[in-house]
Amino acid sequence: MAEATLPQAAGAETSQKKKGAGSLAKLARYTVTKLLTLFIAVVIGIYLTILIANMGGYVDEILRGQIRESISISVSMDPSLKYLTLEERNTLINERVATEERRLGLDQPFMLRSLRFLTHAITLDLGRAQHLASDSGSKMVKNIILERLPPTLLLMGFSNLFLFFISLYFALYLSRNYGTFLDKAVIAMSPFSSAPAWFYGIFLLLIFSSVLGWFPFGGMVSAPPPETFGALLLSYAHHLVLPVIAWLVSGIFAGVYSWRTFFLIFSMEDYVELARAKGLSARDIERRYVLRPTLPNIITSFALMLISLWQGATILETVFNWPGLGRTLYRAIGLYDSPVIIGSAIIYAYLLAGTVFLLDFIYALVDPRVRVGSGGSKA
Amino acid sequence: MNAFKRTFKDIAQYPSAIGGVIIILALVALAVYTVVAVPYDEAIRLWRGGEEVWGDYPRLAPPAWFNFFSRTKQPTTIVRNSTDGAPFVTKEVKPIDETMTDVIFTYTFDYEADAFPSELIVFMTATFKEKGPFVSLFWITPDGREIRLGEVTAKHSETYRFNQDERLLRRLKGVAPEVALFSDPNQETPTVLKGTYQLRIDAITFENDSDLEAKFVSYGTVHGLAGTDHRRRDLTIALLWGTPVALSFGLVAALVTTVTTMFIAAVGTWFGGIVDDIIQRLTEINMLLPFLPILIMVGTFQSRSIWVLLLWVILLSIFGSSIKGYRATFLQIKEAPYIEAARSYGASNWRIIVSYLIPRIIPVLIPGLVSGIPAYVFLEASLALLGLGDPVLPTWGKLINDAYANGALYNGQYYWILEPALLLMLAGLAFAMVGFALDRIFNPRLREV
Repeated sequence: MAEATLPQAAGAETSQKKKGAGSLAKLARYTVTKLLTLFIAVVIGIYLTILIANMGGYVDEILRGQIRESISISVSMDPSLKYLTLEERNTLINERVATEERRLGLDQPFMLRSLRFLTHAITLDLGRAQHLASDSGSKMVKNIILERLPPTLLLMGFSNLFLFFISLYFALYLSRNYGTFLDKAVIAMSPFSSAPAWFYGIFLLLIFSSVLGWFPFGGMVSAPPPETFGALLLSYAHHLVLPVIAWLVSGIFAGVYSWRTFFLIFSMEDYVELARAKGLSARDIERRYVLRPTLPNIITSFALMLISLWQGATILETVFNWPGLGRTLYRAIGLYDSPVIIGSAIIYAYLLAGTVFLLDFIYALVDPRVRVGSGGSKA
Repeated sequence: MNAFKRTFKDIAQYPSAIGGVIIILALVALAVYTVVAVPYDEAIRLWRGGEEVWGDYPRLAPPAWFNFFSRTKQPTTIVRNSTDGAPFVTKEVKPIDETMTDVIFTYTFDYEADAFPSELIVFMTATFKEKGPFVSLFWITPDGREIRLGEVTAKHSETYRFNQDERLLRRLKGVAPEVALFSDPNQETPTVLKGTYQLRIDAITFENDSDLEAKFVSYGTVHGLAGTDHRRRDLTIALLWGTPVALSFGLVAALVTTVTTMFIAAVGTWFGGIVDDIIQRLTEINMLLPFLPILIMVGTFQSRSIWVLLLWVILLSIFGSSIKGYRATFLQIKEAPYIEAARSYGASNWRIIVSYLIPRIIPVLIPGLVSGIPAYVFLEASLALLGLGDPVLPTWGKLINDAYANGALYNGQYYWILEPALLLMLAGLAFAMVGFALDRIFNPRLREV
């Protein structure tokens, strides 16, 4: 990402062109280095997350309480221990609690425990949920989260693809027709992007679900789900409309405005003028001389948007009752289910890393400087 | 001073920015007024106090100004207390024998609304030693009918809810009392009979010192400037107090993060080498930290206080991605000849950073700062929407959360969501519009396109 945000500063000193086998190897090396640095960053990020989660030993406290409770119950339910006196029973409970705490490593210093938790977190061994369960009945945090991931990816994938292509085409259109009423209107509207998607979601729900009754209040599919495959798809689409529109409304004005400005700045370059003088068609000029050099910037701004919007997803899902990761996180907050909350935070760290890596990779593909080898890794 | 004047002249060329400035000033004025007129403790009492604070407000009532826009006038709440005195309440005391007394209260009120009230309740407090007074209630309509309501033996504190009196319901043939008692008997569909109503409370006390005080409340269907929520609380106080909270949260977060970030970027660029490297790597790691989930963890495990969350927001944003942008600008400035000159006369590192590097970046900084405010204002609302709002302070986000959690959208209580949402929108838009204009003023390259 460091490189991605500063492509211009790297300078245009790389004019020599070396294509062929060498560039592929460079790409591979670039990818591997990226992966390694990202992995280190993810590890540090997750460790910080654990440190924050464990602030004041709160997480341990919850765990201790849980151990004591389950052992007390199991002792009081055990018929063979029925005739113990109260005192005997208490000592028995205390012994078992101590054993269990030792087994879970609660008696060790925090540094050791946090390191072990780190290895668990990296391998996605996230422990068991306290209250929540996955639809298949599993209490494993990993299963709960993995089960909720596809709906989130569906919603985010749709929303972001729509947003990306619509704003790109719209921005190109405006840069061609700049100064028109539509152009000015979009510029004037760009402050509307300061409100997050969930905010527009509430308005959309109010208008289209509550007043007009055209769209459902939330959820991913109607209940009971339709039998036929076609009807099922239609139901998904019906439920997707409002959240995707909310996403579009909150993202599109700022996106269009910034890209339009980029395109305009780039289309004032001399080589574009030259291309125009040569009599190339507007479409060719756009594709070869405007879009091509701005692609790294477009991808960068898209990446930044995506990263900041991962969190928006949490609340959008909550508002639309979308059964994804975000709503699970919301329910976990309500139930005080700490393993799920920490697990979600870790998954989000992974998702962010994945996004960053994917965009860096695409970046490497479109930015010749990376392949040629000089710019790229040190901006 | 001239630079300021020029900036103002430039801003004046953007009508949206002028609008934004006006809204911001209005919000600031509102915030100042709120803090002065309703001090913090008073606000907390009004919002957290309990039934005695808002017991006389109707439940889930839209604002009273709805009546201006509607043909059918909704009733407001009518409260008659036995201590009010004439002409609202008359008290008559008739001794029956040496211990027993007949106390008769007559409550008079005009009812001119087109809709029925939402609830009718009589709150009684009786003073006695052993045997509470025996109370009978009667209803006298404008056309002179007298309807027997019910009887109750008053305890020290007694509440008579009209719609929970089974015998009254049977006598009214299953029609809710708040409808039946106000209906015109000559109409097929329930229509309000306008005029002067009376409620007579006839209490027989059995002891010498025994007495009764009673308060009659006819709960309206509209209330105050902003309406009420599911707990009968007046929303005005939350809307008012949301203003200073939102503004200060947004301003403090944006100001502190922007300035610190810029400072870090300046230090990194100036010293370069390992300092710069560390800052760069920290920024990359910070980008991978899940911002919202971490705030959620803080909110769940540590504290829900808005100021603790603000601290974390700042901590997590210091190494934000804007460092990269500042760094790019600083790298250019660093090469400027006057920096060279400063170095050659022996200026210290700090002097160069503070007096030569940072002032140059202020044009980039200010638009970023102003446009950054809405994000934090909305962040507070987002956290509140997730149920992590401040436990004591009422904020706009908490109102939306309350409304959302109680199904305001499904039940059509739109005012409950729209009022805080519109205020949020106003605040967000105002700062965004001003920031946008400033951006174009300070970056002339943007102005031409």
